[in-house]
Amino acid sequence: MKKVTCECGHKNPHGTEICESCGKPIEENLEQKKLLDMRYEGVARRSQTYTTTIIDKIWMFFSSVKVGIWLIVLTLLASALGTLFPQEMYIPPTANPSIYYAEEYGYLGEIYYLLGLHNLYSSWWYMLLVAGLGVSLIIASLDRVVPLHRALKTQRVTRHTNFMKRQRVFGTSSISQEEVDSTFSKVRERLEANKYKISEENGNFVAEKGRFARWGPYVNHIGLILFLIGCMLRYFPGMYIDEHVWIREGDQVVVPGTDGQYYIANDRFLLEFYDENDEIFGEAIERSGSPVVKNFQTDARLYERTDADTVGDLGELVEVAEHPIRVNFPMSHDGFNFYQLDYKLNELKTMSFTLENKETGDTFGRMDIDLYDPEPSYDLGDGHEVIIRDYFPDYFLNNDDVPSTRSKIPDNPVFIFEMITPETPEGEVSFVGIRQNLEPLGENDYKMTFVDVETNNVTALGVRKDRTLPILIAGGVIFMIGLIQGSYWAHRRIWVQRISGDVWIAGHTNKNWLTLRKDIDEAIKETNLKSPLDQVEEKEKEVEVPNQTNKNED
Amino acid sequence: MAALSGNLLYVAFFLYLAATITFAVSVTGRKWRDKAGEMTGNKWGFIGYLLSVAASLFAIGYFITRWVHAGHAPVSNMFEYMTFLGIAIGLAFNVIYAIYRSNVLGMFTLPIVMLIVAYASLFPREVEPLIPALQSSWLTIHVITVALGQGVLSIGMAAGLVYLVRTLDFTKANKRTRAFEFVMYSLISLVGFILIGYLFNAMNYEATFNYVNEQDVETQMEYNLPPLVGPNEGELITENRMEPFFNAPAIIRSNDLNTVIWSLISGLILYVALRLILRKRIGGAIQPLLKGVSPQAVDEVSYRAIAIGFPIFALGGLIFAMIWAQIAWSRFWGWDPKEVWALVTFLFYAAYLHLRLSRGWQGERSAWLCVIGFAIIMFNLVFVNLVIAGLHSYA
Ligand code: HEM
Repeated sequence: MKKVTCECGHKNPHGTEICESCGKPIEENLEQKKLLDMRYEGVARRSQTYTTTIIDKIWMFFSSVKVGIWLIVLTLLASALGTLFPQEMYIPPTANPSIYYAEEYGYLGEIYYLLGLHNLYSSWWYMLLVAGLGVSLIIASLDRVVPLHRALKTQRVTRHTNFMKRQRVFGTSSISQEEVDSTFSKVRERLEANKYKISEENGNFVAEKGRFARWGPYVNHIGLILFLIGCMLRYFPGMYIDEHVWIREGDQVVVPGTDGQYYIANDRFLLEFYDENDEIFGEAIERSGSPVVKNFQTDARLYERTDADTVGDLGELVEVAEHPIRVNFPMSHDGFNFYQLDYKLNELKTMSFTLENKETGDTFGRMDIDLYDPEPSYDLGDGHEVIIRDYFPDYFLNNDDVPSTRSKIPDNPVFIFEMITPETPEGEVSFVGIRQNLEPLGENDYKMTFVDVETNNVTALGVRKDRTLPILIAGGVIFMIGLIQGSYWAHRRIWVQRISGDVWIAGHTNKNWLTLRKDIDEAIKETNLKSPLDQVEEKEKEVEVPNQTNKNED
Repeated sequence: MAALSGNLLYVAFFLYLAATITFAVSVTGRKWRDKAGEMTGNKWGFIGYLLSVAASLFAIGYFITRWVHAGHAPVSNMFEYMTFLGIAIGLAFNVIYAIYRSNVLGMFTLPIVMLIVAYASLFPREVEPLIPALQSSWLTIHVITVALGQGVLSIGMAAGLVYLVRTLDFTKANKRTRAFEFVMYSLISLVGFILIGYLFNAMNYEATFNYVNEQDVETQMEYNLPPLVGPNEGELITENRMEPFFNAPAIIRSNDLNTVIWSLISGLILYVALRLILRKRIGGAIQPLLKGVSPQAVDEVSYRAIAIGFPIFALGGLIFAMIWAQIAWSRFWGWDPKEVWALVTFLFYAAYLHLRLSRGWQGERSAWLCVIGFAIIMFNLVFVNLVIAGLHSYA
């Protein structure tokens, strides 16, 4: 593309609005009084220069801040919408969402479910919005940062009069020629004392401070992009393991997601409550009306399988870690983290029965059934045998009225026993559950009598491995650095020039104009220079003058 | 220790009140200055500032003593969090005042601090034990940073209000003046709610209902204000209490709804009374006091507050929150309503910054956005906590 040569001799890229070097506005009526649009220093940006091909159009679309704001606002509205009713993951796990939403929240709930809003945050369109945000961040940043960097590097000290005049903070002073040099050096000194960097040229100078703040937005956008990339990586296999195990006290299970490499044991499960008569908390506990949990913890032991020498050899388990796991205090090993998530007290473990002759009341033997792993049959001696025909650990009648089980957890165990005795060699069938004893195939002579039950505490641990965390952390840190860099510092420039015998002062900042003016006033104190005015404020006052009656210092 | 802590907070409250009055004098007391023939306005402002700093010191005293007494940072229930938010707004004001010396900002900010602290005191004030998930230093860091961030952002709202009062034309009835009066009405409703709350608290008012909840279980519900609305199939079991006019359906928490209705009604009464006394819109009545305020300057103060508060909020509300969630719940983000609303707040202020920076939304538009932002913060704090209640169990 052709370059635009300014009268100062600098060659600017096509599309430039303000000469990168001397600041003279390009190709427009120099007599215009309007303030210069100093955004991005008036540089040529790709999005404004190249506008014909499809790629140009896409680039233009995503580099537009207007589009960016729309994406932010749409994401905001969508996110808020998702909290109208609970997301699917927060409704009771046994509830059927197609019924639950309509039942709990009526007509609106039904629409919510039908529109898929119960899984809003993993819906394709929400992800698309966030992806759009990411693309927009990348393109908008690239579009601006490169030319902005060039413009700030090539800027010259002496600026065109038109540039000076049309800065927001601007003023001229006539002082005697003898004074000029001493005034200039005084102002310079004071600005330097205020940590401004001075560059001089032909007796004019510019004082600049905080330029690095201009990079803040770009740094924070890079952090955001990195964070979004980290979130996306989660969907690639192997980056992220998220598993859940229930372990009974005294038991040991394979750690899911590790291909049998690790086993974890629950040596002891502990649950502690706050003392109801606690001096400090007693009152609050009484008001809440129920005991408050103070701690729950699993004393865990982690085993690793040693390398097997031969195929088929499973190797040996070696203890590699032992650690109490509490909420907020997970156990870590080899990139895996084990979290205390949940617990269940008094889960059924074994049930014991005896065989009883209904008529005589005589009992025969005793069988202890391990509810996780029942034997197929139990020999009770003297020719008495009980066969387990069927077992439902968590019994319910399904939609077709057929007995079934919800899970393998023995929350509501039901057995179908076949009882064989010398008197009834062909066997009698009974249907036994908690407080249930039915005889589905007709009257029996014998029955299974409940003797005892043993329970167990069970802990739920989360198993996580997350390889994306370093990226997320890097993204977060970079984001914060950029945010602070751009928010807590401002880029300020003060131009002081001798123009046709007068002293011209112009100032520009990307934010906090009052502070810029304070800096200037501080610098020209004790000189005869007049404080430059904020031209935006002056205009505002002009409009207001008629109803302005009183002026206060505030 | 508990008593000492409470007393420090009382002292702080009255110091905030004194500071408010002093700032009001510094903004409005032009006549006195004229008589004395010198500029005392600035001196009043300085005294106001000292009082405000003193109030903050006492408030921090409350915070530390309560922390020592409870053994954990006092930010774990509604009373504690709200109070700390009030304190944080006061602290943020002290910082911004040091930069801009704006007396009118004190006149608007400190009453809001008082309102929030008074509102907080209506929630149960006992020291509560922490459930295991809340026993974490990351949680403490997270909550304190969020409150500080929200405190600074609130200053943006206060400056926005000043801008609106200063610039809107209150002689006309239009969308903007109506919207502004609505903001005033909301604040006055909060005042009404606090007054009524204290009144019935002082009388130890209690009415208990038997009712059927949304799971069809029969249980009890307690009211601390006279029941205008009863619970689903409610049956009053306390004697000598008024009968509700009607009963709410089961999915609505009727005692909360009742409270809302009470505050709306009392707010309406106060608002109408004020309008009758002033014979003007509330904004129009305050406006003459602010004649000397430069809109440009308050606009900048408002933006500066958001620019300072946004990084603090992002750090506390998102980053520290994620760290805590990762450690406590094993995932850094779970789309819990509180988390989502923190994200909404973050996105809202991000949109504000971009609108202002790149699309020139300054002055009035920017002021309205600051007011809306504060509304989102309060919504997250009050509504999401009390009504949609997620994992973060304050309340
Ligand atoms: C949630 C996501 C975003 C956050 C948190 C964010 C944050 C920021 C912040 C803090 C600033 C500095 C504002 C100031 O100094 O007042 C900024 C500037 C900016 N942002 Fe974003 N941003 C986000 C998304 C976007 C998107 C999607 C775009 C795409 C158009 C975008 C384009 C810009 C531009 C062009 C600037 C101005 C840069 C300059 O002045 O040199 N941002 N952003």
